[in-house]
Amino acid sequence: MTHWLIAPIILPAMLAPFIVLAARRHIGIQRAFSVAGVVTLIVIAAGLAWGSSDGTIMLYQLGDWAAPFGIVLVGDRLSTMMVLLTAVLALFVLLYAIGSGWDDRGRHFHALFQFQLMGIMGAFLTGDLFNLFVFFEVLLIASYGLMIHAGGNARLRAGVQYVLFNLIGSTLFLFALGSIYAETGTLNMADLANRVALISPDETVGIRVAAVLLLLVFAIKAAVVPLHFWLPSSYAEAPAPVAALFAIMTKVGAYAIIRVYTMIFPPDLEVTAGLHDVWLLPAALVSVAIGMVGVLAAKRLDRLVAFSVIGSMGMVMISISLFSPDGIAAALYYIVHSTLAGAALFLISDLVRTGRADLNLTPQPPVAGAALTAGLFFAGAIAMAGLPPLSGFLGKLLVLDAAFETDHMIWIWVIVLSSSLISILGFARAGSVVFWKAASLGSPEEAPVMQRPATMSYIAVGGLISLLVANTVFAGQVHSYTTTMAAQLFAPEPYISTVVETPGKLSKPVEGH
Amino acid sequence: MEFLLSSAIGIMTAAGIYLVLRLRTFPVILGISLLTYAVNVFLFTSGQVTVGAPPILRDGITVYTDPLPQALVLTAIVISFGMTAVVVMIGLGAFLGSDDDHVDDQPDIPEDQTEGKS
Repeated sequence: MTHWLIAPIILPAMLAPFIVLAARRHIGIQRAFSVAGVVTLIVIAAGLAWGSSDGTIMLYQLGDWAAPFGIVLVGDRLSTMMVLLTAVLALFVLLYAIGSGWDDRGRHFHALFQFQLMGIMGAFLTGDLFNLFVFFEVLLIASYGLMIHAGGNARLRAGVQYVLFNLIGSTLFLFALGSIYAETGTLNMADLANRVALISPDETVGIRVAAVLLLLVFAIKAAVVPLHFWLPSSYAEAPAPVAALFAIMTKVGAYAIIRVYTMIFPPDLEVTAGLHDVWLLPAALVSVAIGMVGVLAAKRLDRLVAFSVIGSMGMVMISISLFSPDGIAAALYYIVHSTLAGAALFLISDLVRTGRADLNLTPQPPVAGAALTAGLFFAGAIAMAGLPPLSGFLGKLLVLDAAFETDHMIWIWVIVLSSSLISILGFARAGSVVFWKAASLGSPEEAPVMQRPATMSYIAVGGLISLLVANTVFAGQVHSYTTTMAAQLFAPEPYISTVVETPGKLSKPVEGH
Repeated sequence: MEFLLSSAIGIMTAAGIYLVLRLRTFPVILGISLLTYAVNVFLFTSGQVTVGAPPILRDGITVYTDPLPQALVLTAIVISFGMTAVVVMIGLGAFLGSDDDHVDDQPDIPEDQTEGKS
């Protein structure tokens, strides 16, 4: 048994208290340790992703207790890829936070950042539902701190809404876990998959309620309409690097839906039939529509980006709710794309804010450093709106292709295509007002000289954009890998047998018995 | 016993949901606390209600209560307690900063009128 699987959780968990205790007065030391930690995390995550890329299911039994009695961490293709994506995103976000000086505007940014990473990594790796709840809470409580980093009344008010909404979500999660435990007597995912399949079709009330409650919880995390109300204010008010890191948090919800609803409640399971196509798909379609209309209607640049995140989560959800191998493969490709694109756009909106009085979409004097920022915004907007040549276009194409054979093809195609048009209009309007209209105004004499964003900020954003380009250039390889991931998800038997049948301390023969 | 527990869960949940739907921070936090009490009791009962039985293995005893929900409840209590403390602090900060404890977004006031109001 290798111990590497727990390293992505242990490393930030040790680093964060170290930063708080030993380096709290030295921002330079904090920065160095934080960056070094994240770089190490990338190396470990890449190793794990490489190790699981041949279809191996990595299993780590905490305390050597066998499942379902002990808690297990499981690394398959999907979870290791999400861990790698998180680590890579974290590096660029951290570079931006350091370059722009955001991390020095309040206290404990780096410690909270590491705790946040610990929660996200744990949520991706755990093989136990209650442990998933605990890691959700870890990432949430760190995100509460990050969300109100640097203070300010507007931010605190948005923080209250964010915390309250997520507290209600956590309570729902506990209700769901209680009902699942009452029905099946276990909370280990692999063990649950075995036991739920044994429930007879005429005794399904409890497990149906539990499945719907769980879907609601994950839908809150993934900001699926009508459970998206927490997102626009909190993402727009959060410091930009934090909002960029939050781009992966909505994906935690999407990941949990994929994991739970392919393994525990698979689409062909009779007791929960109809959950995906009757409930999830319409909600996802409405999310895409509302998100993209929000892009057009937004009065501020940061809100515009927040709504585009809702829209892109809707795209992911459409693809997931098809629950076919093609659909999941497309969803995973789109998850990678929309995480990078969303994060890049949040950072770009902060580049704009650095050189401008505010983010209102009104004509104002030119943004400091406008040429480069405008170019990056152009690239980010193209990626997010799904225009060629960037990966948003390919992602949408994959989703549409996966939906082609289904009964709901007309609805999906019409809504996705028309909302894409609306989002293009929204981004074009925002870009023209912020960057072009400014040129026609000219800079007034008495305007305060705005500082240009730091070079490191541009490097971080440029890095994210170049990752998007790489995701486009190597789209064939990425998509064939997500296809193997989806194949692994739809054949969960190796996962289940690895988790349930690996013996732990208890089942080892003891001398003299 | 079952009736007592289930009605307690029901009443606390109903009161909690009512309070959560209020507009001010304080009732909403109270409502969330009530909801977490309800969910704690609910988790406690999810392993069947057994009265007067030990949760750990002992010699000569055949009836046991399920120990796992008790561990789950313990975790849930700690987490909800900590979270409530966090939301009270953030809520207090927001109230002291803007002298307003509504949980929803207030309609936008034009920029020139915000002076002296906030």
